[in-house]
Amino acid sequence: MLDRGYYDGFGGAYLPEILIATFDELEKVFQEAKGDPGFWQEYETLMSTYSCRPTPITFCENLTRHFGGGRIFIKREDLNHTGAHKANNVMGQGLLVKRMNKTRVIAETGAGQHGVATATMAAKFGFDCTIYMGEVDVERQRPNVFWMERLGAKVIPVREGTRILKDAINEAFRDWVTNMDTTHYVLGTACGPHPFPEMVTYFQSIIGKESREQLLETLGQLPSRVYACVGGGSNAMGIFSGFLNDSSVELVGVEAGGRGLDSGAHASRLCSEDASVGVAQGYKTYFLQNQDGQMKETHSIAAGLDYVGVSPILSHLKKSGRVRFEAATDDEVIDAMSLTIRKEGLIPALESAHAFVQAFKEAPKTSQKDIILINQSGRGDKDIFTIADAFADPAWQQFIIEKARKIITEKAKTYNA
Amino acid sequence: MLEQYLKSRLKEKKILLMTHIVMGYPNFKDGHRIVESMVEAGVDLMELQIPFSEPIADGPVILRANQSALSKGTTVKRCLEFAKDMANSFPIPFLIMTYYNILYKYGVEKFVATMAENNIQGAIVPDLPPEEGKAYLDAMAAHNRSPIFIFSPTTPTKRMEYIASFAKGFIYCVARKGVTGAETTFSEDIHSYLERCRQATNLPLALGFGVKDKSDIDFLTGKVDIAVIGTQTIRLVEDESIESVGPFIRGLR
Repeated sequence: MLDRGYYDGFGGAYLPEILIATFDELEKVFQEAKGDPGFWQEYETLMSTYSCRPTPITFCENLTRHFGGGRIFIKREDLNHTGAHKANNVMGQGLLVKRMNKTRVIAETGAGQHGVATATMAAKFGFDCTIYMGEVDVERQRPNVFWMERLGAKVIPVREGTRILKDAINEAFRDWVTNMDTTHYVLGTACGPHPFPEMVTYFQSIIGKESREQLLETLGQLPSRVYACVGGGSNAMGIFSGFLNDSSVELVGVEAGGRGLDSGAHASRLCSEDASVGVAQGYKTYFLQNQDGQMKETHSIAAGLDYVGVSPILSHLKKSGRVRFEAATDDEVIDAMSLTIRKEGLIPALESAHAFVQAFKEAPKTSQKDIILINQSGRGDKDIFTIADAFADPAWQQFIIEKARKIITEKAKTYNA
Repeated sequence: MLEQYLKSRLKEKKILLMTHIVMGYPNFKDGHRIVESMVEAGVDLMELQIPFSEPIADGPVILRANQSALSKGTTVKRCLEFAKDMANSFPIPFLIMTYYNILYKYGVEKFVATMAENNIQGAIVPDLPPEEGKAYLDAMAAHNRSPIFIFSPTTPTKRMEYIASFAKGFIYCVARKGVTGAETTFSEDIHSYLERCRQATNLPLALGFGVKDKSDIDFLTGKVDIAVIGTQTIRLVEDESIESVGPFIRGLR
């Protein structure tokens, strides 16, 4: 363990001794792959034939006219196979698993996107797969559980702690310390012990690389501002990393403001007073924790942003001032999402819609010469149960009632027969 | 000084026993009684765990004990007072076991200074490898406390030597992969692992993870210096009663 992966004091590798050798191996295989020019080529080929890369950038003419400021463009990560940017990281780590000759993968999932992506990768590459998912998330993301199981993964509901994403991460670690000889832990975001923040960012950087090339090619101009939602931070790190060296490009990360930063019910680590620097889940960063260092409960309408920690690289970029951080509330997210659906026929995931909120707030103040780029990290239409709930759609509720009634009647018939 | 205590104690006993409690579980009053019955039954040293919300190295039993203690409002301050009380009431060494964030948020130097004032001999911090532990190691040295480090079966021999160069008191050898509390089959395979541990250090060796009854202790006697009983006494209190702890410990050797 030579390079401990620090970003101006954030990051590191706070690992139980039993895992050190496993991380040393992972670090070695990752660095070898990174240094092998054929590896990135293999990755791009895989993503262009199995997923939908390069994903397009869509000009949002109607939203641009609506706000009357800079031109709004959307990077379409929702068009990836399995519906989110998560596929980039997962397929990349899948290639590393093959290099390590391991046969089983495990993953945590919040919204279920990363779980579905991992189960998909495991099916394609022929790995055994176990997904840890907080019980609360299993309840609110049942359709994703259905798909993970169809894809051959075992989904284990985590009943410990707050029963959401962080608890799923803890359980995945507990599995890993037992089964590391055969198993790789496909961590889903740019968090956790070194080398995960660097490695996940490396695979997600394909978003930023493409975006920069696409804008320069079609418009001959860099964006003035780039917006991304921030949960663990992988889609944000992905798109930001294409523009970190372009000082004219302002980078804006948008966290989950939940019911408001004053409410205590949010998941904002970088813009709220409730967070402070700590060490948990193997790395040092801003956590939502109390004075004793116990992690707090978090809340977001978007399960994928409902997390106590944040990428140590983003904590560093916050400290250096390179990235500005804002928060969007649950209510603002619903409004921005509705507007995007009606104006552009695009359905962002609830997570991604956080980025839209901040971009929409600022768009009218920008000049018509400006380019505003928003990362649509995932699609919302597959989360119909959650989104219909968020919209409290009466016709949908009636449909669910009828559907349940039919199932109950049929079950009763079978039972009586 | 912890090392000297253990070595002198080893002249009288073939194997020492270290036990463990989670502070604030089931509550501080019962915790006191559990410690008292363990000491009366002859345990040689004890780990007092400060509960943490994310105890990644612990299995389900200790994990739930952590959560239960926290849900009852257990604070770090209260745990340190309890530890002080134990150390001043009973004539055996006490160690703090907890995760690094607890020290980090308290202030590492301040935490270790409090340990020293409270007569706590050392600490086990399972998510703090020596590479990340400079502030901790400096404070432990300044206050003459013993930082206990961990060997695992996956630790290469060279790394064992590296870890041993920072360790004081004894080395905690994890018996197997996995988390605390799961079943461990003690077999002769463990010999070559313990042989590697011995060669890497002159400190006494403790072995833990899955040690649960007299046959395990018999097997370990002569192979290691300290047997660690962790999860098993929590299970005993949950399934039976505090009164069962004393006879259980007495029956181990």
